[in-house]
Amino acid sequence: MIPAPFDYKRASSAAEAIALVSEYGEDAKFLAGGHSLLPLMKLRLAQPAVLIDIARITDLSYITDAGAYIAIGAMTRHMDVEKSPIVLQHAPLLANAASHVGDPQVRHRGTIGGSIAHSDSASDLPATALALGATYIAQGPNGTREIASVDFHKGFLESELSPDEMLTEIRIPKMNGATWGFQKFNRRAQDWAIVGVAAWKRGTESGVALVNMGSVPILATSVSQAIASGASIAEAAQLAAAEAEPQSDSNASAEYREHLARVLVRRALESVQN
Amino acid sequence: MKVTITVNGTTHESEIEPRTLLVQYVRETLGLTGTNIGCDTSSCGACSLHVDGESVKSCTMLAAQADGCQVTTIEGLAKDGVMHPMQQAFMDNHGLQCGFCTPGMVMASISLLKENPNPTEEEVRIGLEGNLCRCTGYHNIVQSVLAAAQAK
Repeated sequence: MIPAPFDYKRASSAAEAIALVSEYGEDAKFLAGGHSLLPLMKLRLAQPAVLIDIARITDLSYITDAGAYIAIGAMTRHMDVEKSPIVLQHAPLLANAASHVGDPQVRHRGTIGGSIAHSDSASDLPATALALGATYIAQGPNGTREIASVDFHKGFLESELSPDEMLTEIRIPKMNGATWGFQKFNRRAQDWAIVGVAAWKRGTESGVALVNMGSVPILATSVSQAIASGASIAEAAQLAAAEAEPQSDSNASAEYREHLARVLVRRALESVQN
Repeated sequence: MKVTITVNGTTHESEIEPRTLLVQYVRETLGLTGTNIGCDTSSCGACSLHVDGESVKSCTMLAAQADGCQVTTIEGLAKDGVMHPMQQAFMDNHGLQCGFCTPGMVMASISLLKENPNPTEEEVRIGLEGNLCRCTGYHNIVQSVLAAAQAK
């Protein structure tokens, strides 16, 4: 399967990428690792006229300790997130979730920014960043702005980013002292989750988000509220699907997905990893 | 567009369409047909090769993205008629049946050992999750990789 023809441009800086996308408008798409976009293009579900390759913007590939949070450049690959000592120390839930994306070959190419900007509710990292209360930095022709992860996902494959904006940095609050769990239920090793859960807990504080339980990643606020009110994990997990709107498909009915969410939230919160 | 890609140590300057996939480039432009196309959807790993020393699925990468990079295919492993230790380990341990997945398995396995030189059996199985063997011959494939790690 071969994509439809397109023009290929390579940007060496965020400013150059934004200038290029301003020039070509909605016919253009950013290409990062390409592991979401190229499969869509090969199936001709996407036919952008221009691809702007941003994967070589080395300025956007970094992981730094910024005090209260970790700053991750949007073009940082999954494999680098998974193995980063900074991420392993301060946000181990994110490192673990990154290690569940696709397979090693995919993680050698795919980027955290590409995954989040693609805004697929079935992807592991958007929900994980949501559970951790991430903030995103977007750069556009008029400068940069911050977008809270809870405001970022607008619908199926739709995000808050405007067509001439680019995600440049992911800020993950440190989760030191928290226990955490990442649960992914799928049929084959490398598949997307049928249901996934990213969760952390520190005393009565917690963050729980669901993968593939609606058209956007779902923040399970009812679970966190129950824990804050003193409910046990088993009691709180019963509320796992309260905010979700799962679809039925060939893998699972909506009812089964809700059941999985309750079980996986309990398992993720009972996990003693820290 | 023009790309300059070094494949198995030889630098090629080629005029290609931007939509050319890396696997098409090595198979059709360069005639290196050792890299197989299996599922063509980045699931099966048959098209695995190395870009700058790391395993990638070449059906889901544009040749344009490899511009300026070092690519190694299965044809580039043997030196002076002597097989790469991973190839030898697959041969010694009967790590193949029909052979279709083998080039991708070997390339993924070399990348795996580069990142984890002494993996456990479980780590080998997880590390090869992106490569499917239609003969389900995983047992001997895993034994081959463990043997190659030992042989180092």
